[in-house]
Amino acid sequence: MNPFVTIVVALRAVLRNKMRSFLTTLGIIIGVAAVIAMMAIGAGAKAQVEQAFAAMGTNLLIVMPGSTTAGGSFGGFGSMPTLTWDDLAAIRTEVPSVKAAAPQLRSNQSIVSDELNWTTSVTGTSPEYFEIRNWPVATGSIFTQADVDAGSKVVLLGQTVVERLFGSSANPVGQTVRIGKSPFAVVGVLDRKGQSPNGQDYDDAAFIPMTTFAQRIQGGLGKFLVGSIHVQATGSDTTQRALEEVKALLRDRHHIAPGGEDDFSIRNLSEVASAQQQGTETMTTLLASVAAVSLLVGGIGIMNIMLVSVTERTREIGLRMAIGAKPRSILLQFLVEALVLSLAGGLLGVAIGVGTASWLADKFRWPMQIQVDVIGISVVFSALVGVVFGLYPARKASQLDPIDALRYE
Amino acid sequence: MIEEPLIRVANVKKVYKTGDVEVHALRGVSLDVYPGEFVAIMGSSGSGKSTLMNLLGCLDRPSSGSYRLAGREVAKMNRNELAEVRSEVLGFVFQSFNLLARTSALENVELPLVYRGVGGRERHRRAAHALERVGLGARLDHTPAQLSGGQQQRVAIARALVGEPKVILADEPTGNLDSQTSVDVMALFQELGQAGITIVLVTHEPDIAECASRVIVVKDGNVVTDRKQVPRPARTESPSSSGVSVEKREYP
Repeated sequence: MNPFVTIVVALRAVLRNKMRSFLTTLGIIIGVAAVIAMMAIGAGAKAQVEQAFAAMGTNLLIVMPGSTTAGGSFGGFGSMPTLTWDDLAAIRTEVPSVKAAAPQLRSNQSIVSDELNWTTSVTGTSPEYFEIRNWPVATGSIFTQADVDAGSKVVLLGQTVVERLFGSSANPVGQTVRIGKSPFAVVGVLDRKGQSPNGQDYDDAAFIPMTTFAQRIQGGLGKFLVGSIHVQATGSDTTQRALEEVKALLRDRHHIAPGGEDDFSIRNLSEVASAQQQGTETMTTLLASVAAVSLLVGGIGIMNIMLVSVTERTREIGLRMAIGAKPRSILLQFLVEALVLSLAGGLLGVAIGVGTASWLADKFRWPMQIQVDVIGISVVFSALVGVVFGLYPARKASQLDPIDALRYE
Repeated sequence: MIEEPLIRVANVKKVYKTGDVEVHALRGVSLDVYPGEFVAIMGSSGSGKSTLMNLLGCLDRPSSGSYRLAGREVAKMNRNELAEVRSEVLGFVFQSFNLLARTSALENVELPLVYRGVGGRERHRRAAHALERVGLGARLDHTPAQLSGGQQQRVAIARALVGEPKVILADEPTGNLDSQTSVDVMALFQELGQAGITIVLVTHEPDIAECASRVIVVKDGNVVTDRKQVPRPARTESPSSSGVSVEKREYP
């Protein structure tokens, strides 16, 4: 029996009971649709997390000053300055696995333009900071090391701040704003960066040279660096080494005896990022396995209805055998029928899954990524379910005794 | 030259075991059927005629004895080989027609050729030809539900004919038909027999058996009568009124 005829016969048998065939494949349809939709949304969420962490900076370590201990209660990291400007210089020059380091001194300040004012987070830093965070300017330019050395009153504005102070389409480069009592020249506007993983607006920020920040906002440039240090390792494989080297350097510089507690802490952001990613992956895997169970149930549904079909068509099987069908032809006929059912369910499931993912993404503004490989695997898997669960009924059909089958009422 | 029998059954026994009880359905049957014979096998229910028919049809294997069909020993064949023999040598006609429902007459007749791997166009041509031969050339697209009982049985006969079998086995082919339609179907069998096709027919009705050229009576698992006879024409009036066109052809 040639394969084309087998497929036509199977299709006809499936279409003869349209409602029954549809209900039979429903398990597969739901399973595949769920897998596709979950994986699409999961991949979208993962990509979003990745993007958000890339926006914070790649291979990033953040060095925070240590905690104060007052009467037994810890004040939390950053409550007391322990890092010095010399520490920053030492990290830059003495640790080979460090590519760049920049301070981050932060304070909320009111910025005033000619007509409007806006309170935002003002950061004092050095030009390397923008390199570490992969954050170029949209217009103008980043302030220079010379500006830092001189303590110039220059400022870089984020997009949100520009909108609040000058309106959405304005170009403020060259204009003057006041921070506190001092006038600052706007030298550049940074590119739009979007949101942090916890929903904070990166673009609602202004940046001035660290020296200017210390003098104008922190009330003088002292020995201590009142803020944190962003450190970028030379590569993703050296991040952990950079962390250990910076740690050793700072312990040495702060004269901490072996066994003594650090007066600073270092956070490895790539670790945080991979933990987050693992979180989304675990979630996706969990949902996908629930969907896989649905596929399994769908397969059992197919087996059930194929068994019914074999019983119903016992006489037909007997006749086919009497006129020359070999057991193998009968096996193949029912196997292909199960395959047609499950494959049709799989393809319908793909369509519904893609549709559902798009609809959810549209309605709730979730990110999503349709993955071609997941679609391929789902279709192959549903076909496999058809073959596996169709095998038993098909074998049963092929092993019927033609005499009994012909006499079956 | 002595003609080789088409069917040679020698001392065939068939024993069924039902629990501890052994049922001897056939107790050593021997018979030869030569090409072109029209044999009627008669017997009451339980006589063993159905068992004999199943063995002749290669649907079952004898417990002992030899069965040569068209020169091949089939008594020891496995299921696949039996299916092949059925496909190549035999054509079946059943009491209850056994047509596929909701499937056109043409496709029903094509079915045996499908299992032989005959291509679509050739299948169509031969099936249409077989249907013309049984007088249903105008009803190729009718489904069984749109045909009368007699017409359905003629589709079944066309299906048995389409593979150009050496033997047509008919199991009570008139059992579900009224007397007038039975006459039509028997007239068709007689015409096919005159055209040289070997026919073995099982019946319990004596007036159906009268239409055959040889009658074998089976009783309690033994052949009790085996006689040749001059067949009584199924139809007394002229055969052309059946609307069946008979084609003379030589069968080996």
